[in-house]
Amino acid sequence: MNRVLAIAGVVIRELYRRKDFYVLFVLTALITLLLGAVNFFNDPKIVRYLKEVCLLLIWISAVVIAVTTTARQIPSEKENRTIFPLLAKPVTRWEVILGKFAGCWLAAGIALLVFYLFFAVISESRGGEGTPAPKAAAATQVAPGPQAHDDHAHEPGCCNHAPASPNPWLVYLQGAWLHWMMLAVVIAMVLFGSLIFAAPSSNATIMFIVIGGILLLGEHLNKVALRQTEPVQTILQILYFAIPHLEWFDLRDFIIYDHPPVAFGPCALATAYAAAYALLLLVAAWLVFRRKGLTT
Amino acid sequence: MTNVIEIRELRVEYPGRNRSEPPRVAVDGLSLSVRPGEVFGFLGPNGAGKTTTMNVLLGFVNATGGEAFLFGVNVREPIARQRIGYLPELTYYYRFLTAEELLRFYARIFGIPRAETDRRIDALLKLVELESVRRRPIKTYSKGMQQRVGLAQALINNPDLLILDEPTSGLDPLGRMKVREIIQRLKQEGKTVFFSSHELGEVETVCDRVAIISQGRVREEGRVSDLVAKYRCDLERVFLKVIGYEPPSGN
Ligand SMILES: Nc1ncnc2c1ncn2[C@@H]1O[C@H](COP(=O)(O)OP(=O)(O)OP(=O)(O)O)[C@@H](O)[C@H]1O
Ligand SMILES: [Mg+2]
Repeated sequence: MNRVLAIAGVVIRELYRRKDFYVLFVLTALITLLLGAVNFFNDPKIVRYLKEVCLLLIWISAVVIAVTTTARQIPSEKENRTIFPLLAKPVTRWEVILGKFAGCWLAAGIALLVFYLFFAVISESRGGEGTPAPKAAAATQVAPGPQAHDDHAHEPGCCNHAPASPNPWLVYLQGAWLHWMMLAVVIAMVLFGSLIFAAPSSNATIMFIVIGGILLLGEHLNKVALRQTEPVQTILQILYFAIPHLEWFDLRDFIIYDHPPVAFGPCALATAYAAAYALLLLVAAWLVFRRKGLTT
Repeated sequence: MTNVIEIRELRVEYPGRNRSEPPRVAVDGLSLSVRPGEVFGFLGPNGAGKTTTMNVLLGFVNATGGEAFLFGVNVREPIARQRIGYLPELTYYYRFLTAEELLRFYARIFGIPRAETDRRIDALLKLVELESVRRRPIKTYSKGMQQRVGLAQALINNPDLLILDEPTSGLDPLGRMKVREIIQRLKQEGKTVFFSSHELGEVETVCDRVAIISQGRVREEGRVSDLVAKYRCDLERVFLKVIGYEPPSGN
């Protein structure tokens, strides 16, 4: 365990030394600016739109950071040959994989923490600074809309109070948590890819396509399958059940439309689902890495 | 007593670039044993297979045939590497870390306790004379300084066996002398040193035994003094004769 943490520590230290965290500051500044602009608009539609843009930005940049950071880990160890003195120590390759995973995942966690914290503080301070009118308006606007008809609408506390979400902070927390869990799957997937595709750039590109594909199409796959003829239908259905459904971890609409938090059960289930997929992918990565010669 | 290094009929082939190209044989039926407390010189011309053999011992390259053991443990087991220190041929370290951070990282990999780590880092940086730059990133070091970082990391776990791939390459005469002194001191402490080198003069002064390989095979092996007596010339001439080089006549 100590060995895994030591390797993770080096990953984070590299990010820090490479000044990669500057990207974080730039993005955070952008979020702050965008949300700060919200103050000028009292139109709830624009407010919601800006929040949506911000969250999309957070999602895209978190995935980009996670994929690009992870994709270069093991290839650069080989390229710079730092893998040699490392593996000459009594460290197993499984520990190397776990350490790289832990480092990238922690770094992604730090990025998410910063993003969501800024997002939450700014959007809540806006509502709390004596001008609750636009927020209440936003809530009443949402209520008759199609978004309110999902399965959370019946939860107590949602119907009586005008300011819809009883605990917005919990929603932000859940959003960030599930987002982080999703990144665990993404990072494990990229790590696995980095052992199969030689060049980090091709690995990253393929992973962006796969992740984008799952996020955009994943949930529709079974519906599409029903409309196809036989061989294709089965293939699509198998695919639907095999892929990690990253889109299930997306709580952006909950945040934008001030929904009440997700119940504990589904949240835990999603966490377990992510853990299972991440573990599966890490084991797959290890199986590839285990018997690999390092000099070819 | 088990040999520290035991290599039996080792064969390593690197696959060809494509299917029509035959695999290239880097090590071809090499057998070798190194006894405890020995300083063993592993000699051979460029491309003879020295680094490849060491890479097998360290588990980086899988043997195509034959077996290798460290302290009686098959080199496929990571635990075989608990008691060894390794210095790679070229400097391969995390360039963004400082010497101190690098040593601390490796000490953690070995599970060395904190206080002991501090003590060893101080002693090692003093030994390789990098105390004054210990807080500077490795990328700002000169080649020789990086080589000395390598030596320090190879010693962090107080190993019983040192595998050094050309430890003196890139060092100035003073640095070479220091390395020789370190090797001699390790020998006095009862450690085993297995190293490759092209500096036959220094091999002659520090080694108990040598093996001369070429094209992946051991061509000659024995005590330095015995070889010198057998061929009636210095080690450099022995080396040239063994690898089949005929000096121009009239010399
Ligand atoms: N990764 C590799 N892929 C293909 N062939 C390789 C690889 N590494 C080494 N070889 C070949 O294996 C042979 C032995 O190489 P090796 O590096 O072991 O030599 P060496 O004795 O260490 O030489 P030097 O004194 O130059 O360090 C050479 O013919 C080399 O071309
Ligand atoms: Mg070599």
